[in-house]
Amino acid sequence: MSKWSLITNGLVKNNPTFVLVLGMCPTLATTTSAMNGLEMGLATMFVLILSNIFISLIAPAVPDKVRIPVYIVVIATFVTLLQLLMQAFVPDVYNTLGLFIPLIVVNCIVLGRAEAFANKNGVADSALDGIGIGIGFTLSLTVIGIVREILGSGSIFGWKFIPGDGILAFVMAPGAFLVLGYLMVLFNKYLAKK
Amino acid sequence: MAAKSSLKNMLLCLSLVCLCCSALLAGTYALTLEPIKAAAQAKTNAAIAEVLPPFEGNPSLSEVQFSGASYSYYRAEGAGYAIISNTTGFGGTLSIMVGITEDGTVHNTKVLSHSETPGLGAKCETDTRFIQQFSGLDPAATRLVVSKDGGDIDAITASTITSRAYTLAVANAVEAYKVITGGKDNE
Repeated sequence: MSKWSLITNGLVKNNPTFVLVLGMCPTLATTTSAMNGLEMGLATMFVLILSNIFISLIAPAVPDKVRIPVYIVVIATFVTLLQLLMQAFVPDVYNTLGLFIPLIVVNCIVLGRAEAFANKNGVADSALDGIGIGIGFTLSLTVIGIVREILGSGSIFGWKFIPGDGILAFVMAPGAFLVLGYLMVLFNKYLAKK
Repeated sequence: MAAKSSLKNMLLCLSLVCLCCSALLAGTYALTLEPIKAAAQAKTNAAIAEVLPPFEGNPSLSEVQFSGASYSYYRAEGAGYAIISNTTGFGGTLSIMVGITEDGTVHNTKVLSHSETPGLGAKCETDTRFIQQFSGLDPAATRLVVSKDGGDIDAITASTITSRAYTLAVANAVEAYKVITGGKDNE
């Protein structure tokens, strides 16, 4: 596999949101606006890249039976690290994402990539995989956020272009499911055509 | 790939990983302790500056108890009191900061945290027409109840419960202010 395809893999063929359908909890809950989706995606990408690198380094030495606890400890460490750093340097972002930052620990994408990719591949490849999947996740969340923000609040990235209220349902949970469902249909239709 | 599992290497591996991770976290915690404190302080100060007229120096935090509830408040020398008042809104706790100047008027109010419905109750944070009713308000000359309940405050459209909670929070803060200042403004 070429290095480039490692990255594009995460964007299209193995897109974590629309194809693998992993990490639905933060996907549905944090995408109320484009900015929130983008920030959540970036936070997850940070953890994903670091845990992929670290796990690919230690994987050969980890006994098979304790690999899952070891991976979880590693992932939890990076998430807590991120949480502390965000609290210290970007408190506003931390306040918006709140509970969903610690929840990255149990995001299936992170453990999934550790198990399916990082423990079988080298450091460089694992880092690239983390970047690819991370970008895929970030883009998906941002797109869902953009659609929900346009329909729900009449704005994009906080820039309001339709005065008044949008369709409130799209800011709330039902809208998240609707938007995700329709985007998934479009994405898979596009993949099937190729 | 993965090494063969034996009790010894499993123990060793888990202990080592946990040790390294704890060390890393302890280091980060020590490094970020000060910035986190500073950020929280800056946030509180910004909120106080919004609800009170300009003042100098650092406001001091105290607490006051009345009718079974306790209220935290900041005393800003020369400007007044910033009282944190919690009530129950539509979706959970609604926490607002109420700035009351030395002469007993409500200078400004600000939502600290809420869990109201987006687009409806959540407007209590952005609806200037609603919020401005509390700016420069004289509690002695105003009935702090929404107009639907016979008061002087116009509720946010379709968010009566949130508006009631907000108004009650302001009313409670005014009461707290009276307790703090020893009732000297109370007639």
